[in-house]
Amino acid sequence: MKQMVIDRVEGLGKSILDSINGLGEFTNFTMNTIYWTFKPPYRFVLLFDQLYFIGNKSIFIIFLTASFTGAVFAFQIYSGFKAINTDSFIGPIVAIALAKELAPVLSGLVVAGRCGAAMAAQIGSMKVTEQIDALEVMGINSYQYLAVPRILGAMIGLPMLSALFLAIGYWGSWLVGTKILGIDPIMYTQKISDIMNLSMVAEGLIKATVFGYLIGIIGTYQGFTVTGGAEGVGKGTNMAVVWGMITVLVVDFFLTSFLVKVL
Amino acid sequence: MAERYKGEFSVEFDHLVKNFGTSPVLRDVSFGIHTGKITTILGFSGAGKTTLMKHILGLAKPTSGRVSVLGQCLNDMSELELREFRRNFGMVFQYAALFDFLTSYENVAFPMREFTKMNEEEIKQKVMGLLDSVGISKEAAYRLPSELSGGMRKRVGLARGLALDPHIMLYDEPTSGLDPITTHVVYDLMRDTHRANEKNGFTSIIISHDIHATLKYSDYIVFMEQGKVVEHLDVETFKRSENPVIRRFLEL
Repeated sequence: MKQMVIDRVEGLGKSILDSINGLGEFTNFTMNTIYWTFKPPYRFVLLFDQLYFIGNKSIFIIFLTASFTGAVFAFQIYSGFKAINTDSFIGPIVAIALAKELAPVLSGLVVAGRCGAAMAAQIGSMKVTEQIDALEVMGINSYQYLAVPRILGAMIGLPMLSALFLAIGYWGSWLVGTKILGIDPIMYTQKISDIMNLSMVAEGLIKATVFGYLIGIIGTYQGFTVTGGAEGVGKGTNMAVVWGMITVLVVDFFLTSFLVKVL
Repeated sequence: MAERYKGEFSVEFDHLVKNFGTSPVLRDVSFGIHTGKITTILGFSGAGKTTLMKHILGLAKPTSGRVSVLGQCLNDMSELELREFRRNFGMVFQYAALFDFLTSYENVAFPMREFTKMNEEEIKQKVMGLLDSVGISKEAAYRLPSELSGGMRKRVGLARGLALDPHIMLYDEPTSGLDPITTHVVYDLMRDTHRANEKNGFTSIIISHDIHATLKYSDYIVFMEQGKVVEHLDVETFKRSENPVIRRFLEL
């Protein structure tokens, strides 16, 4: 009995120490990436490669996610708004929901799943095959070469994808609203300028930029901390997706509470 | 080419101690690696060979003692100075560590594009010359590492290591995973590369536990056990060593 209690306490102590150690490593990694972002040489070619991968190559999946999200959202709110004879507000409400919340969060989840995983897998496999050591031996900082372009690529690419999500999502809802539900096309868009303002769009873009940073830092950190062989790479990739998605959802709550006050 | 180092020892360890936590990994290591020679650091797994190599590259900080390379003490260098200094080294990794997103050609061109002001035509000439010298065909030059055999990857790794005309070439278990014939082909290549450059003070350091290849290709052997240097001898003297640990290794 006594031994069992001691084991439990030891286990708890070890978990706490591991967590503190992990937090320290993550903070150190974050500080290093910030430091190397501002140190020359600036690697624009690598940044454009990442922008192409995160931005261009995500367009199709963003198109699918956004168009169906907008379409379903229009369907869902139609019956309620119709009952109180306010179906002219469906268009503006969809636009606001997309701009402030759905576009940044869903784009963030898509990018966390697609690109966060790829970042961890690429960097992790480079780590286990000594390619990162090879960079360091050549005198190239691996954070600057591998992490910084990915983080910046996600920070710049995600707001662009979010803006695209907003446009495509609204188009999807417009198709359903006007072609299936029979709402007048002019009425569907008419009230947007009365209800919506630029700060709502800005809120979504700020969120997307923060999510991009978080997805980038989590994906690259998981890659750099891979240990072992293929199993370690798989574990790191899985952690990048799980933590990326959880972080987007949790940070969204706090960011929303902050932004509604300041914008 | 940068001015070549002419001192007797390219690398010197002075009472080097390295502990990981409370575990000692290197214990009071003191010796020098001769300039212009092939020195193999030999020992069983866990002897401290790789940790010693990391100290040569400035990738690990000594717990105590000093490490000097090409006459400069690494202890006093900042991280940025060390990065600059590492351009004096070429390195071939255990499994070549070629960048898997670049072709053989691009792998060899990579250090030149990063650190020199050579134009693409000059880079092409030098890369093709290096690849040719290690026996890589033009066709293989444009293949990805995943499309090359283990031996070919090592050759490309060697060409990449030579790209910046290093003073010191490091080989970390360069023939791991290769069949006996390819092992000797790679060792022949390493020796030929060394002989072609030795007049310039080119120093080769090999980390290995392959005793037979070591005896055939090295000028000097450093034998390590449990973080200590047991012997540092030229090959002929090493063969006659009466040290029981070395005798055991020789009789494997």
